[in-house]
Amino acid sequence: METNRTCLRNGVRDGLPIALGYFAVSFTLGIAARNAGFSPLQALLASVTNNASAGEYAAFAIIAAGGTYWEVAVMTLIANARYLLMSCALSQKLAADTPLRHRMLLAYDVTDEIFGISVARPGKLNPWYTYGAMLVAIPGWGLGTFLGVVLGNILPLRLVSALSVGLYGMFLAIVIPPARHSRVIAGLVAVSFALSFVVSSWEALAAVSSGVKTIVLTVVISLAAALLFPVKEEDGNGA
Amino acid sequence: MEHNIWLYILVMAGVSYLIRAVPLVLIRREITNKTVRSFLYYVPYVTLSVMTFPAILEATQSPWSGLAALVVGILMAWWGRSLFQVAVGSCLVVLVAELFLV
Repeated sequence: METNRTCLRNGVRDGLPIALGYFAVSFTLGIAARNAGFSPLQALLASVTNNASAGEYAAFAIIAAGGTYWEVAVMTLIANARYLLMSCALSQKLAADTPLRHRMLLAYDVTDEIFGISVARPGKLNPWYTYGAMLVAIPGWGLGTFLGVVLGNILPLRLVSALSVGLYGMFLAIVIPPARHSRVIAGLVAVSFALSFVVSSWEALAAVSSGVKTIVLTVVISLAAALLFPVKEEDGNGA
Repeated sequence: MEHNIWLYILVMAGVSYLIRAVPLVLIRREITNKTVRSFLYYVPYVTLSVMTFPAILEATQSPWSGLAALVVGILMAWWGRSLFQVAVGSCLVVLVAELFLV
């Protein structure tokens, strides 16, 4: 059994690459925040209290267009709804007797990447592992946003373009290794790519936000997979 | 009507937190239903895949450099490279590819 201290240290170690990736991604987010009229400090605060890339982008765009508080609330809800699913999944990684304060603190930073490394841990999750990752990831996210507002468009376009795929590289590093061992997951990744491509290029759906598309596809594909390929207990516990 | 940016931030933060906290606080027991368990097990793989493609093609200056990053990212992850290596590898591919493409 690992001690809390070891878990925290491992979390920091695994969180560092995420923090670097976040730094790069949130830099471009800062540019969007500036367009919405945010000061560097306001953008920093928005990032460290939201910890959501797509959600923040979407909200900044609405604010830039002079949207209402309600519009911002609904957009944030839609763009971040996948975190609701992830939190449900994460609740199953916790020991049943995990106290409320740990649940409330873990909820603060359920992001694609932090969630990804947390569920990839063998067995039940020790919250301290996730705290370690949060400890480095959140400052990286906030600092990048801050500098994005300050430095704005100084960075050459070529560099911004390269940095913007870092996020997707991280996603691939989470989904591909298990796909190597499970034919079902490999198939799911392929089907998800294909359907996502179809839905995003479908003219009739052009008005639907990408956040909504992501949610609907996630629910439909995951549900179909759950019905067709129910997870056997031994795979279900470890992952 | 003049909007206050601090209030916008409060709304964003409140919604983002509640979405994540409600399931973690309310779901205390292990879910025994096999379909629900399987569904939750598949969610992260599906949602990350859906978000990656075709968005990666639109993130770069040329869709071809995005595609190159996708292929290299998949190969590196397949060969067991770490999260950081895969992320940096994909960025480098774009940087190099766009020297020729853009």
